[in-house]
Amino acid sequence: MSKVQLSNVIKTYPNGAEAVRGVDMEIQSGEFIVFVGPSGCGKSTLLRMIAGLEKITDGQIHIDDGLINDVSPADRDVAMVFQNYALYPHMTVRGNMSYGLKNRGMPKSEIDKKVTDAAEMLRIGDFLDRQPNQLSGGQRQRVAMGRAIVREPKVFLFDEPLSNLDAKLRVQMRIEIKRLQRRMNVTSIYVTHDQTEAMTLADRLAVINDGKIEQMGAPIDLYNNPETLFVASFIGSPQVNLLPVTFDGQHLVNGNLKLAGFSDLPNSKELVLGIRPDELSLDDNGQFPLRVDIVEQHGSDNLIYGGILGATDDGVEEMEFCFKTSQDMLPDLDSTLTLGFNAERAMVFDKTTGDRLR
Amino acid sequence: MKRVQFEHSAIPYLFVAPQIIIILVFFLWPAAQAIYQSFLLEDAFGLSSQFVWFRNYEDTIFSDSWLQAAGFTIVFSAIVTFLSLALALLLAVKANEVIRGASTYKTTLMWAYAIAPPVAGLMGNLMFNPLIGDMYKFLNAIGWDFDHKLDSFDAGFVVVLISVWKQVSVNFIFFLSGLQGIPKSVNEASMMDCRSPTRRFWTITFPLLAPTTFFLMVINITYAFFETFGIIDTTTRGAPGGATNTLVFKVFQDGFRGADLGGSSAQSVVLMIMVLALTVVQFRFIERKVHY
Repeated sequence: MSKVQLSNVIKTYPNGAEAVRGVDMEIQSGEFIVFVGPSGCGKSTLLRMIAGLEKITDGQIHIDDGLINDVSPADRDVAMVFQNYALYPHMTVRGNMSYGLKNRGMPKSEIDKKVTDAAEMLRIGDFLDRQPNQLSGGQRQRVAMGRAIVREPKVFLFDEPLSNLDAKLRVQMRIEIKRLQRRMNVTSIYVTHDQTEAMTLADRLAVINDGKIEQMGAPIDLYNNPETLFVASFIGSPQVNLLPVTFDGQHLVNGNLKLAGFSDLPNSKELVLGIRPDELSLDDNGQFPLRVDIVEQHGSDNLIYGGILGATDDGVEEMEFCFKTSQDMLPDLDSTLTLGFNAERAMVFDKTTGDRLR
Repeated sequence: MKRVQFEHSAIPYLFVAPQIIIILVFFLWPAAQAIYQSFLLEDAFGLSSQFVWFRNYEDTIFSDSWLQAAGFTIVFSAIVTFLSLALALLLAVKANEVIRGASTYKTTLMWAYAIAPPVAGLMGNLMFNPLIGDMYKFLNAIGWDFDHKLDSFDAGFVVVLISVWKQVSVNFIFFLSGLQGIPKSVNEASMMDCRSPTRRFWTITFPLLAPTTFFLMVINITYAFFETFGIIDTTTRGAPGGATNTLVFKVFQDGFRGADLGGSSAQSVVLMIMVLALTVVQFRFIERKVHY
């Protein structure tokens, strides 16, 4: 049970590249924090700085009350699960799990007990004497987790641990990680670019873009109330529908479209209207004529992709929209649906700054 | 295991034929010739020869000079292999840590690889020359009564030094690429598990380099056995008193300087058997333990 505090953490590489540009964050004891963002946004760098594998250019990182900027990775009392597992190929599963404990001078009987307990918890007890190359991807992943668990660290760090697994196993392990974390109640930081993982695992989610935290909060808050255009477009699958518009005093305007129900918006600026695919509905009085292009049947619901007639963006005719609806809705291709939306639930952003205006 | 047998034509044999022919002509035929010759005794002018069964073997192998050469070869090979591996590993580990100017550093260390053993021997010969050799003067200046023409230990020192120097660069290249083949994340995981860099080296890096080390060991033993001929021929020529005679050098000396073709052949057959035995030991017993 430990809290982690990051104060104005900066990482600049010798070639001048700024990977992390001033991150402040306070992580409570036992919290499960997920860093999510596109590749190259600095989320892994941030995690590796907490682990001690990457030097901190400026700022401070505290675990509990100790400043750990210059503490070696082994002395930080954190354990990490790597993307490619990073198991020691020449050691057995038991060897892998006990290596860290042995180096800390723990007596052998205690090591054995911890390894056995952890192996049982992860259901890898039968493989303890195998080499990593005799295990499947999922089993290796469990061993990597076991290696972290036996250490009983103050903080768990996960660096995209599930991205090498197949889809089914990924869902399974995701649930298992969440369960383990609940049970052990260890502060955890998890890096991923998969937003389903991010949404489902996190107590709090930090969306990172270009080395900065765009927004941090409970996953559902980020979904419902994104503060920036980036967060709105990054969180949510299928992605939010975005339409560039201007405000004429009463309507949001794009080409032939005039959307009513908006007020108090600046009328000189370029704006972006955001509507979640599930906020759209079939409505004879609706304002969006959607020419159906593709229908994806996902089982419980269908995703209908098509172009909004009369809407343009920089010369692109028919802005693409996605409409999420029930499984019995199967329109003909190239037919036109009329869609409406609830203006109260729609989001409007400033196109230049990306800030949410309402 | 079940094997699927496909119908096949003669064409594959045609493709491997050139290789087979090269092996037959340049390796198997001379080897057979050597075995045949080792049973013959020639007269001093090489005009007639006589079949003498194992006389050549008895005469050479149980002679003091052969046993001395065999002893020196084993000690020499062990020292050269160990030192050149250890030095190369040390250099490779250090070079792997260098970030600034890494390529210059690495290129400089690989340089000696391009030098042929006889050239290395000639350079050594000059450096240890009693009249103009800097090393000779330096060693004497620091209080070592050094004279490799008279003292057998000093002569051994010279050939070991040159042989090791010549071989370090090859080993260095292999060790460096071996080190770079260790996944970065494995190193990082070990950094989180183990505080001491020395301990990390011996528990993670070194075992992961084992296949490379094994391969290099085979290469280096072969090098010390055979290729150092050029170095010995250009420096000590087995002197003083046969103290730096390796088995290969002795084969050459007895055969071509001493004109004892039969005895020389017998020695090379024994050498062949030794190498064969060594290879079997290495691949049967050691290789199994180094792969993970």
